[in-house]
Amino acid sequence: MMNLKLKVWRQKNAQDKGRIVDYDAKDVSPDMSFLEMLDIVNEELILKGQEPIVFDHDCREGICGMCSQTINGIPHGPERGTTVCQLHMRHFKDGDTIFIEPWRARAFPVMKDLIVDRSALDKIIQAGGFVSVDTGGCPDANSLPIAKDDAEDSMDAAACIGCGACVAACKNASAMLFVSAKVGHFAKLPQGKVERERRIQAMVKAMDDAGFGNCTNYYECEAVCPKEISVRFIALMNREYLRTINHLGRKKSGGF
Amino acid sequence: MMTTLDSKVPAGPITEKWDKHRFNMKLVNPANKRKYSAIVVGSGLAGASAAASLAELGYQVSCFCYQDSPRRAHSIAAQGGINAAKNYPNDGDSIWRLFYDTVKGGDFRAREANVYRLAQVSDEIIDQCVAQGVPFARDYGGLLDNRSFGGALVSRTFYARGQTGQQLLLGAYSALSRQIGLGTIKMFPRTEMLDLVVVDGRARGIVTRDMVTGKIFSYAADAVILATGGYSNVFFLSTNAIGCNVTATYRAYKRGAMFANPCYTQIHPTCIPVSGEHQSKLTLMSESLRNDGRIWVPLNKGEKRAANDIPEAERDYYLERKYPSYGNLAPRDISSRAAKQVCDEGRGVGDTGKGVYLDFRDAINRLGEDVIRERYGNLFDMYERITGENPYKAPMRIYPALHYTMGGLWVDYNLMSNIPGLFVLGEANFSDHGANRLGASALMQGLADGYFIIPYTIGDFYVRSGVSKVTTDHEEFKKAEAEATDRMKKLLALKGKRTVVDIHRQLGKVLWEGCGMGRNEAGLKKALAEIPVIREEFWKNAIVTGGNEEINQALERAGRVADFLEFAELMVYDALMRRESCGGHFREESQTKEGEALRNDAEYSYVSAWEYTGVGKTPTLYKEPLTFENVLLAERSYK
Repeated sequence: MMNLKLKVWRQKNAQDKGRIVDYDAKDVSPDMSFLEMLDIVNEELILKGQEPIVFDHDCREGICGMCSQTINGIPHGPERGTTVCQLHMRHFKDGDTIFIEPWRARAFPVMKDLIVDRSALDKIIQAGGFVSVDTGGCPDANSLPIAKDDAEDSMDAAACIGCGACVAACKNASAMLFVSAKVGHFAKLPQGKVERERRIQAMVKAMDDAGFGNCTNYYECEAVCPKEISVRFIALMNREYLRTINHLGRKKSGGF
Repeated sequence: MMTTLDSKVPAGPITEKWDKHRFNMKLVNPANKRKYSAIVVGSGLAGASAAASLAELGYQVSCFCYQDSPRRAHSIAAQGGINAAKNYPNDGDSIWRLFYDTVKGGDFRAREANVYRLAQVSDEIIDQCVAQGVPFARDYGGLLDNRSFGGALVSRTFYARGQTGQQLLLGAYSALSRQIGLGTIKMFPRTEMLDLVVVDGRARGIVTRDMVTGKIFSYAADAVILATGGYSNVFFLSTNAIGCNVTATYRAYKRGAMFANPCYTQIHPTCIPVSGEHQSKLTLMSESLRNDGRIWVPLNKGEKRAANDIPEAERDYYLERKYPSYGNLAPRDISSRAAKQVCDEGRGVGDTGKGVYLDFRDAINRLGEDVIRERYGNLFDMYERITGENPYKAPMRIYPALHYTMGGLWVDYNLMSNIPGLFVLGEANFSDHGANRLGASALMQGLADGYFIIPYTIGDFYVRSGVSKVTTDHEEFKKAEAEATDRMKKLLALKGKRTVVDIHRQLGKVLWEGCGMGRNEAGLKKALAEIPVIREEFWKNAIVTGGNEEINQALERAGRVADFLEFAELMVYDALMRRESCGGHFREESQTKEGEALRNDAEYSYVSAWEYTGVGKTPTLYKEPLTFENVLLAERSYK
């Protein structure tokens, strides 16, 4: 069993300035997940009639992408390839002091305590993160062979859980890893090639409109990504984007 | 109100029912579609696919979810795969076989016509998903790969690593997002449905709470579609996401919708065992692991050696021993009960004795670690992250846990409940899995309902019933809003001595003991006596902090637990009534000499549908008889 000191960001609402508040987490078992440790702190707060620390969480198995905490300055905490909900207390030791803060980015305003508004990510997908097929009338699934390596590559990108840790880790609060994961997922598949120009243009515009910064190759995003999505997809996204500019340029001058 | 249960299954041979029904249903003129509106509650596979498909057709759609984004619905956590009758592996599959396996797997407690239709549309689902860009696993020739799953002797499961649910949901979410971007769907994230509004016997809308501002809003539409998932969290510990709840379907039940087969809950055999009282949820290890993993316990009680030190002769591969033809791929209910049995005998493993080994040693020796990593890598990583043990080196420990609920709101062949205008899709309805769901069939059903069934049946309803003139100004809306507001006030006034989570945990224990893997009359009656006491304790002694006009997770949890505390009783009533063992419902009084489940077709071959009569009052039971014209009603054997 361990005893820990927590320093937690508390902010009543979007307008509140917010501050760090100290809490003790007592009798923490190494088998607990980080969120279970917070559950216990919250139970104690409730018993004292105080408001519990609010944080986003849902599946608690590392796939829904809802949990979003910066732990000791690192989005999702110290373990590689791990969401907060899958981070276990065995990675901490008795007497540790732990700072817990929300995602920090202009495009992710804090709503309360550790909860931020990530709807900007949804807007980027709404702009172009799809293949424009309606329900019904699709060809037989095996009529379109796809090389295994391409399918695997596509899956590597599609594994993104949309948590936004990449944004929180980036000095520029760039969403390039998130956007490139979706672009990469489709760019590797024939289904995605049909509307690739439209997609990249629309998604990049939505990304810029939401106030995300640009990529300056720090690679912090890859380091914190719980699904370990590679920055090579950012390179691929840049190629897709450049290709579109050339493509549109030629179109304008009637060069097709 | 006298309620009758008309399943509206079309006449004629089962293979022609859906085709004929599609022809007989009325169509909405394309130009008139925009006049009709639908509310979709839930954005998982069923909700997102329904919302997207209806919007594509031209209807006005609003979609609600409690998460911050529709992409986070718990369908995302499904790991193993999705079934379809494609027969790509040339191993003997067909629509008929998928239909047959599903009815048999459900222990003959599902409606034949619905299951046949599910098998029929299964192939189209795969086509749809591939067209959307779902990156299913492929072979070197570029064609789709399949794996086998429990309860079937063919390989019909399509998968995307161990993240099939995620990839299918992202497919449906992308279709939904496309429509949101086009302005044809209005999306309401962080919004929780608190009540259903019924006016003159027809569902007209819902009451919701904005989880950011606390404001109570109601919305009216020509049809309400609930795709709100299952209720496993009534047991406190389950594989469901923390937020999963019964509120939407239970509130509909309180407004007159029938709740069918509530006692049919599925205990999944391969979950990571409980480690302590602090545990907030259980984590599933995909059933697909049983393709290559072998399940065993030590032959002798009180075995102290590490798994790898126990020689072959002292291991009991009990599934392979008892069910030689299905072996480790026996259906979920059977595998779970067998695990409980060996643990009850004192042969369980791990600190708690509540666990069995799932061992990959032989598969790794046969195929190499790389192949196993490619197939299950992310699952192995997840196991190691949670337990701190490396499953490539020592066997996993697993134990059954609450996972899926086959019961749900009663629906007819059109997926409409007994309240006109209220449709129920996916896990939230009761329709396709009978008393036990086969692996990889939940994803299939959610998408079948949303992509390929509701788009047809809702049009017919619209034409027959016309555009609703009822708006949220109607007194029933005002009344329901006032009740919801009042309820929030009541919850916020709770200033007792126990946390809501603590009371929920207590309820879970009572249910797990009385209405869990094995049930008997005495245990069920005990639970039935205990639940009202816990409910009273909640309303007297719970604490809810904070206020309404803000993000208040304590309040959200309290509202959900309050509904679980009423719903739990309904589950137990249903379990008590059903004095037979079937699928996920193992009644100890009804077993064979070998300890296998014993069904009683003469007396219980029906769907139990319950009508609400008041809190703490015995609900009224209605029966929909089940007839089997195409599948031979037989004792299930996986030997």
